[in-house]
Amino acid sequence: MNHIAPGARAGIYHYDEIDRQFVAERVEQFRKQVERRLSGELTEEEFKPVRLMNGLYLQLHAYMLRIAVPYGVMSATQLRKLAAIGRKYDRGYGHFTTRQNLQYNWIKLEDTPAILHELAEVDMHALQTSGNCVRNVTTDPFVGAAKDEVVDGRVYAEILRQWTTMHPEFTYLPRKFKIAISGAESDRAAVRIHDVGLLARRNDKGEAGFSFYVGGGLGRSPFVGKLVREWVAEEDFVAYLEAILRVYNQYGRRDNIYKARIKILVHELGLEKFTQEVEEEFARLRGPKYRLDPEIVEGVRQHFAPPPFEELPDHSEALERAKAADPAFANWLAVNVSEHKAPGYAIATVSLKPAGGIPGDATCDQMDLVADLAERHSFGELRVTHVQNLVLAHVKKDELYDLWKRLDEAGLGSANAGLIGDIIACPGLDYCALANARAIPLAQAISARFADPIRQRTIGELGIKISGCINACGHHHVGAIGILGVDKKGTEYYQITVGGDPTLTTAIGDILGPAVTETEAVDAIEAIVDVYLANRAGEGERFVDTLKRVGHAPFKERIYAAD
Amino acid sequence: MPLIENGRIGEDAWSFIPDGEPVPNDRPVIISFERWQAERDSFEGRNARLGVRLKSGTLAGAIAADLDRFSLVAVEFAKFRDGRGFSTARELRERYGYTGEIRAVGHVIPDQYLYLVRTGFTSVEAPEGTNPESWANALTEVTIAFQPSLDDTAPLSLLRRKLKVG
Repeated sequence: MNHIAPGARAGIYHYDEIDRQFVAERVEQFRKQVERRLSGELTEEEFKPVRLMNGLYLQLHAYMLRIAVPYGVMSATQLRKLAAIGRKYDRGYGHFTTRQNLQYNWIKLEDTPAILHELAEVDMHALQTSGNCVRNVTTDPFVGAAKDEVVDGRVYAEILRQWTTMHPEFTYLPRKFKIAISGAESDRAAVRIHDVGLLARRNDKGEAGFSFYVGGGLGRSPFVGKLVREWVAEEDFVAYLEAILRVYNQYGRRDNIYKARIKILVHELGLEKFTQEVEEEFARLRGPKYRLDPEIVEGVRQHFAPPPFEELPDHSEALERAKAADPAFANWLAVNVSEHKAPGYAIATVSLKPAGGIPGDATCDQMDLVADLAERHSFGELRVTHVQNLVLAHVKKDELYDLWKRLDEAGLGSANAGLIGDIIACPGLDYCALANARAIPLAQAISARFADPIRQRTIGELGIKISGCINACGHHHVGAIGILGVDKKGTEYYQITVGGDPTLTTAIGDILGPAVTETEAVDAIEAIVDVYLANRAGEGERFVDTLKRVGHAPFKERIYAAD
Repeated sequence: MPLIENGRIGEDAWSFIPDGEPVPNDRPVIISFERWQAERDSFEGRNARLGVRLKSGTLAGAIAADLDRFSLVAVEFAKFRDGRGFSTARELRERYGYTGEIRAVGHVIPDQYLYLVRTGFTSVEAPEGTNPESWANALTEVTIAFQPSLDDTAPLSLLRRKLKVG
């Protein structure tokens, strides 16, 4: 196999020979499994979990292949390979997901072994991106760059990536299992809507440890993760998770797919009893066998050593000049650029949400361009965010204007990170066999309605999240405005919720009123925005805060007044 | 049904006696956990080896106190997707220190064999007509593991290690 080396400075985990051998063996294993399916030795029922564990999912019209991007971080070389695969085997584009992965929506089963082989050339695969196993562990897309970072989540996410890979005990769980880690003061990883959410922190001695939240999740029964343990020392990190998974694997429900997630177990057992079970397992597991040796942590940490930042003044004259000369750039700077911990550097969010576009989609040409820009401006590395954007994490302030111009020419310069145009949408009925309604066209219509970047900025922080069915892949429960597609006698309707919050102050949104049609939905969103703007106490008051203060009544009145 | 041991089809010295049928005293037999609960006194003084079969919903703790009575514990997989048995075996070994044979019975597929071995199973009852090659391959096609295994006494000093092949 050709191996294409990634840039040495990129903040990714760099494979060694053993990692490569592992992936090559898995590719070969899957090739044989496909053969055994074709020969009839494996039934379709038996093949299904095997194929899911390799990222291959059957959608409405075709197979979807979901590629793992561990904790959303990849090198420019890897992104270029994803572009090449999209061109060769798909329709010239790919879709970035809320799990910080990338998926191709139009894949042929017979092409998959070849695709997996090509992915392996750049140390990538599709393992455990689907199926009832521990999925790709996600983390803060600003990891290693954010000014408010306390612990580097990549280190522990990588440890979990390894530990959960082909875990012999936890590959046939009652249901899928999602873990997120945040190591900063602001939670940019939505930890409390995960099966296990980890807040990495430091004690007064400077040692790393973790708060464990368990049983969060959306879907048809949304729950906010509950604090099971305030402090788990670094050396117990793996043991504690092993204990949680063992309790879940034994006691999680297997009689009903909708009640099989760990959130239901925590809910039915009660937090106290669940915690007691976990603590008992943990007390017994704790010991040399499951102890996370500081040397391992250090070894993994070395992969994520900071890139060679130049010593720069924090103030950039070039940036100030560009800002003064180009208002559109100034707007993007204010909205899409975040503070970096190194002086003279900044974090740039590349929006995959152009007005009227499909959230999270990127053409292969766009991927190539971002790969080039990552090489030129960000040490050859980029991140995928759980809101389906990309991030160049280490850009010199002096170079931001150049970067933005190139992005903007390619339709990637939208200034809407965190604003109303930054919509999360699931694939919906356009692709998904489970969906009741389409999500993408509605996202397109809303973002077109609010296309004006200045209007968006005036409205301020306001996340819209759309799911095409109750499985809630579009995270609608935690959208400041959430939209859920429902089917009423063959017609698509949309139920609107308000007040959701994916950050540490996690909240599930409340239903505003009866579901509306697609056309009405766009008007309803605009009405909600108008009511907010008319009622907010000054520009600093966010939509969710105004909503808390004035309640649902003025919003309901406006939307449903005509009924 | 073919018995798989160490990646090969082996001789099965055991037989399962359905509930209600007489239990022979002169050869190794497996009885159901339910029968054991109901008739345990009748097995006092038995010389031939005894095994017990646990349904997938019966977890290790249920049999823990009686483990010294059994030379074999058969763990049932009602469906291959129901992975409780992996934890049952691991608990039997790690938590309750069981050293006898642990056998996977019911619906398991060769693609799970490596996982079974790594969680403490020693044998598998495979369906009639199974392809022995697939079971043999299952132990050798992936040679790397990222977690400590049951037979592995080394601590988690390195997450990644080569599996002993063969």
